[in-house]
Amino acid sequence: MPRITVIVDGVTYEEDVEPRVLLVHLLRERLGKTGTPIGCDTSNCGACTVLLDGKSVKSCSVLAVQADGCDVVTIEGLGTSGSMHPMQKAFHEEHALQCGYCTPGMVMAAIDLLRDDPDPSEETIRQGLEGNLCRCTGYCNIVRAVRKGAQEMGQAVSTS
Amino acid sequence: MTVQEVGQPRRRKEDARLLTGRTQWTDNLTRPGLLHVMFLRSPMAHARIASVDVSAARGLPGVVAAFSGQDFAAEQGSLPCAWPVTEDIVIPDHPPMAVDEVRYVGEAVACVVATDRYRAADALDAIEVEYEPLPAVVDMNQALAPDSPKVHEAGNKAFNVTITSGDVEAAFRDAPVVIDRTYVQQRLIPSAMEPRAVMADTDGESFTVWSSTQIPHVLRVMLAVVTGIPEHRIRVIAPDVGGGFGSKLQVTAEEVLCLLLARRLGKPVKWTESRSEGNLTVHHGRDQIQHVRLAADADGRIRGLQVDLLADMGAYLMLVTPGIPMLGAQMFNAIYKMDAYQFGCTGVFTTKMPTDAYRGAGRPEATFAIERVMDELAAELGMDPVEVRRRNWIKHEEFPYTTISGLTYDSGNYEAATEKALALFGYDKLRAEQADRRDRGDPVQLGIGVSTFTEMCGLAPSRMLGEANYGAGGWEHASVRMLPTGKVEVITGTSPHGQGHVTSWSQIVSDALGVPFDDVTVLHGDTAIAHKGMDTYGSRSLVIGGVAVVKACDKVKEKARRLAAHLMECSPDDLEFAAGAFKVRGTEQQRTIQELAYAAFTAHDLPEGVEARLDSDATFDPDNYSFPHGTHLCAAEVDTETGMVKIRSYVAVDDVGTVINPLIVEGQVQGGIAQGIAQALFEEAVYDADGNLLTTTMADYLLPSAADLPNFTLDRTQTPATSNPLGVKGVGEAGTIASTPAVVNAIVDALRPYGIHDIRMPCTPERVWRALEGVRR
Repeated sequence: MPRITVIVDGVTYEEDVEPRVLLVHLLRERLGKTGTPIGCDTSNCGACTVLLDGKSVKSCSVLAVQADGCDVVTIEGLGTSGSMHPMQKAFHEEHALQCGYCTPGMVMAAIDLLRDDPDPSEETIRQGLEGNLCRCTGYCNIVRAVRKGAQEMGQAVSTS
Repeated sequence: MTVQEVGQPRRRKEDARLLTGRTQWTDNLTRPGLLHVMFLRSPMAHARIASVDVSAARGLPGVVAAFSGQDFAAEQGSLPCAWPVTEDIVIPDHPPMAVDEVRYVGEAVACVVATDRYRAADALDAIEVEYEPLPAVVDMNQALAPDSPKVHEAGNKAFNVTITSGDVEAAFRDAPVVIDRTYVQQRLIPSAMEPRAVMADTDGESFTVWSSTQIPHVLRVMLAVVTGIPEHRIRVIAPDVGGGFGSKLQVTAEEVLCLLLARRLGKPVKWTESRSEGNLTVHHGRDQIQHVRLAADADGRIRGLQVDLLADMGAYLMLVTPGIPMLGAQMFNAIYKMDAYQFGCTGVFTTKMPTDAYRGAGRPEATFAIERVMDELAAELGMDPVEVRRRNWIKHEEFPYTTISGLTYDSGNYEAATEKALALFGYDKLRAEQADRRDRGDPVQLGIGVSTFTEMCGLAPSRMLGEANYGAGGWEHASVRMLPTGKVEVITGTSPHGQGHVTSWSQIVSDALGVPFDDVTVLHGDTAIAHKGMDTYGSRSLVIGGVAVVKACDKVKEKARRLAAHLMECSPDDLEFAAGAFKVRGTEQQRTIQELAYAAFTAHDLPEGVEARLDSDATFDPDNYSFPHGTHLCAAEVDTETGMVKIRSYVAVDDVGTVINPLIVEGQVQGGIAQGIAQALFEEAVYDADGNLLTTTMADYLLPSAADLPNFTLDRTQTPATSNPLGVKGVGEAGTIASTPAVVNAIVDALRPYGIHDIRMPCTPERVWRALEGVRR
């Protein structure tokens, strides 16, 4: 069984994994990182989105062995309820979540979107989040939240 | 307390843990020694099961057990149908795991229990099942033909209902205008983002079932009835639940079987569905063929309406399957006055996944049909579609109004909502642009869709549910406890899964008891904590459950008043309650509710007959439904060369009565509109002629993404409901009910000059293009 070394939310793990095990199952079932949920089995919904070496991936479409030597950030590594990431705060402020199941993936995808365009238009956000499905909100508030999160992250960068 | 909490856009208490991944989805949960369950499912729509051999699976690594339906035949019972809508309805036996025959693709035939989900999946491959194929029955009309193969021995007709009010024949006789249309409500897959999951454990005597369900209380009763395990030995917990939309208003095969597996093995078991498994086996929604006839005078006044439905039940009747079309029975007449109305419905068995509640449940179907027909009537008469509605709707001064179908609408103001919507929309300007595009022969035509809807919400008055032969009541329960330190614990019988009850209920309690919003906590979704409840569906939670919270607060205040009077040595009548304190009139003397909670806790000086607790509970059962309404307007651009439809603007003015939290209300409306648009433009569960579901994944069943939807312009009118003390009407389904006809009306409006009168949903580019090709030829 291959042994992999992977950093998840700042902690280094060494794990023996079957080659077929998905990254999302490693996260959820071995490492207890249940903050990242699974919404489908065809990589359409994006609920399981995490950052792999800084880029967003759907962790149901990545094998755990492919993450060997990589740095993974999940929603749990982003912020805590006491000190949330600006994007998490923006989702709260704009009421961009209802059931909250798509939220971890949506937040991670939104953060990745800002790598390409730190000040995205509504249209850019809508296109950029096409791979993340939400059944509750109709997306209006999600789009608003990403705009707000982007502005706040931009300010954080410009003042630092 | 100066700020009134009700009406404030409070940010949700629920959010922090959902945003930081500290969630309790059922699939997140574990138990020591947890085993994983997987089901082998029928690949055939209809077949006799000749044999199931699980022996090879039993020997595989990590496999603890494997069972066929036969292994559970003696104990698994039959999944319940709680709504026998007629005396002679056919309710077929519905074993959780098929024993002799399968009747839809996806029906469970065997299961494996293993140490992890990968081993369980491996073992499914080792199970041998021999099927003897039987003919599939997919189409409702064919199912009713005398020579059709039978889904069940009793035939393919589940029930037939006809309800008549007024003289229908007279209404249609010599009517200057008769509109006769047939609409297809395509089959939909509810698609809550969280797939279903169930975990069950036992200590050998009692059982705990965790399930991604909307209805922990109903589920507990039904699990007891189905399995024979005494109710007091079953605890059901709905932890965090990731959306439902009616799909988790069900008693499922997997819930029953996980409970029985935990009993059989004496060990904790968990099952989590994959999305493709879910598309096959989570109950579907809609699926009706609607034949609608409307008779009117030459000035557009409606004389009568006749509705004849075929409703696809699928292979079995599940919890409320036959009741879904019946929820529309009193809604086709909508907001309009008329002399006569007839509703007929035939429930039909097919070899497909059963249908059941999906957001709106019967009411979207009814609203679609009448709102489409109103536009057809306007077109027939050359009238504006808003004007034809105005001539027929109930005027605001006519409330309360008893409709032709027998419901009494307590309140409403269709004029106000419509005027507001027209102004926001820029109706006249858009009509001018439409005319201009038509004149120019613009390849992109503009259509304007109108939908003036109402719905019956707040399910429901128990008396009325009894009259409809529903198997339970419609009350809701709440407890309110003042804790010794003055904080408040609320226990609600509703079971939220995204609706924000914790936040809204906190706002209600904050105002009722005069305590800070942050001092209120709300517990729910566990039958050991919330011992009584009828759960969450049908836009009922606030209208029934929220009012139960108010009633419980009232009782707490009454207790507190007696205690305060005793402590301040005055008569209870001398006390006035404001801002969380009882004040002796005309003095500065007062006791806060927090002080009284502590006094009740210490019990050092209680008046005669007052117990050492400042808490109470209440059950609310309304006298009537509530009737939210609104006017939705959609402007759609239809590319006549490609068939592409683009929603250019969408305005919704909803009247949901009193608003507790405008953020939550807007969120519900936005999400509801999106789901209704999804039915109009994108979604359809498609079965082939052999009964195979072709849309098993999210790649085939098209849920709209952010890129597929526009922003919506929302506003409100507020006409408080008179059927409950909060004046609330419910908002969970309004958007979905209103938006589907608004969008389709817009598309048809754009294409009417081409001679097009209907396009079957979903109005995909291909369907629109083919409709245009059909008339061009």
